[in-house]
Amino acid sequence: MPFIPHTPDDVREMLATIGVPDIETLFDEIPRELRAGSLESIPAGLTEMEIGRLMQERAARDGRRLNFIGAGAYEHHIPAAIWAIVTRGEFYSAYTPYQAEASQGTLQLVYEFQSMMTSLTGMQASNASLYDGASAVAEACLMAVRANRRSKSARVLVPASLNPTYRAVLTAIAGNQNLSAEILPYDARGGHLTAASLDKYQGEDVTALVIQQPNFFGTLEDVDVLTDLAHAAGMLVIAVVNPTSLAVLKPPGEWGSKGVDIVCGEGQPLGVPLSSGGPYFGFMTTRMEHVRQMPGRIVGRTVDLDGRPGYTLTLQAREQHIRRSKATSNICTNQGLLVTAGTIYLALLGARGLARVAAACIERTSQLVAALTRIPGVRGAFDRPRFHEAVLQLDRPVGPVLEALAARGIVGGYDLTPHYPALGAALLVCATETRTTADIDTYARALGEVLDKAAAA
Amino acid sequence: MSKVPAELRYLKSHEWARLESDGTVTVGISDHAQQALGDLVFVEVPEPGRRVMAGEACAVVESVKAASDIYSPVSGEIVAGNAELGGQPELINRDPYGGGWIMRVRPEDKSQFAALLDAKAYEAALAAETH
Repeated sequence: MPFIPHTPDDVREMLATIGVPDIETLFDEIPRELRAGSLESIPAGLTEMEIGRLMQERAARDGRRLNFIGAGAYEHHIPAAIWAIVTRGEFYSAYTPYQAEASQGTLQLVYEFQSMMTSLTGMQASNASLYDGASAVAEACLMAVRANRRSKSARVLVPASLNPTYRAVLTAIAGNQNLSAEILPYDARGGHLTAASLDKYQGEDVTALVIQQPNFFGTLEDVDVLTDLAHAAGMLVIAVVNPTSLAVLKPPGEWGSKGVDIVCGEGQPLGVPLSSGGPYFGFMTTRMEHVRQMPGRIVGRTVDLDGRPGYTLTLQAREQHIRRSKATSNICTNQGLLVTAGTIYLALLGARGLARVAAACIERTSQLVAALTRIPGVRGAFDRPRFHEAVLQLDRPVGPVLEALAARGIVGGYDLTPHYPALGAALLVCATETRTTADIDTYARALGEVLDKAAAA
Repeated sequence: MSKVPAELRYLKSHEWARLESDGTVTVGISDHAQQALGDLVFVEVPEPGRRVMAGEACAVVESVKAASDIYSPVSGEIVAGNAELGGQPELINRDPYGGGWIMRVRPEDKSQFAALLDAKAYEAALAAETH
């Protein structure tokens, strides 16, 4: 049954009133060649029973593989309480309500989320979330262009070691808004951004520097040095961070002598399942001085006429429903449901719990790297400290190796070759707290056998 | 009825302009504009040194209801922004033609100022808007 309230009689009456013979005529002004035509290629609908069966079959085909891939989305343990609470009727909506203040519970939850994110990142203000980490980076760059009023260039320096998907989304969203992203090389030995790579921009008008910590290779950057250099050159600094890592790493609000200007990143590690790549949520925090340039919704705490505490959407005057095309962003929603999961995750784990997760990830990844680099033909690519990912170089092409591992039920990592041909046969691996010593041994044994077999063939 | 001082010039978009003895033009928003916006909570003034064209948006006044652009009445260089507004945006509500001034522009072409609306023409524009 279609969810359309009008009966055929209603429709006829409305058409007669405006003097149009049929609904099709309403679309006359769209040229023929732009019309989608019939939807023949879309199959007829399935019943709930049929679609349930189909999805179960597909899920069974995926199997339960042992996962060593990260590359921006991470398999963490998700306590059962999280999604049990999220799916309660009181929370179960993907949106901030249109009559926002009628839903004090939702607003309070978002307010708690914002408080947690500002505390985790060491900043002063947070928005209610963005679509995902990639769009958050693009929005942060556009925000920097608005916020850095001394800069006229809209040039943003982006490390090659920033997640390549984020770079692609940045170009897609901001490329047509006069923003130019210039790529900074990574150091071949450390896999990090060197201070020297900023030298050639001294004295030039550059709007902002993006620093990802840990970067896409899992390597830790010299964030203090880079932040101070960028600030000295008149740039704003945008930190792209993994929220789990902030439990053990210095918060971006304390990088260098002043701290960064904008922090953003992917919220998925906080209680959101991998789920084939989404939906996830992005987050963004900033200093008060830039808060009016921050896109998205912000929930504030206030008092009502009787002096009782209450929550309200605040700083809305720059948003799309008021500013139209001049809004700070055309993103005016948030990922309410996923933010609910993230907030409950952080509340359940607490600061110490999150630090234990982060420490376990570092430990497991060190074990993994040690086990894999003992195999002949496998070596670590970079010599710098890392968080919970590492780049390995193989002596043969990565694609077939990953296929052979997949046949053994192992997702062996992310093939870096298409994005970073200069690294040769490079594989990005990750082990979170969910991987046991036995899992790591299983992977090491399988990789050894696969490489032996390939060498013998 | 809002105040429309006779000695000032105006834009239809509700900015006022005053030619100072040093040749610069001071810009603010009219009494009518501040009343329509309601309590101002934030004002973004332009950086001195910026070059603007007549009709270019170069400042923003924000009330609890809306954020509105302020347009420069003349082409030229911004020589000052009212720093007081950073901490006290309500100066515009209290004294729109005095302490609530927003910026000073050094015009390139004096004839642009002469072509702005005079008080009578602005009053007529206001009357036309409300009817």
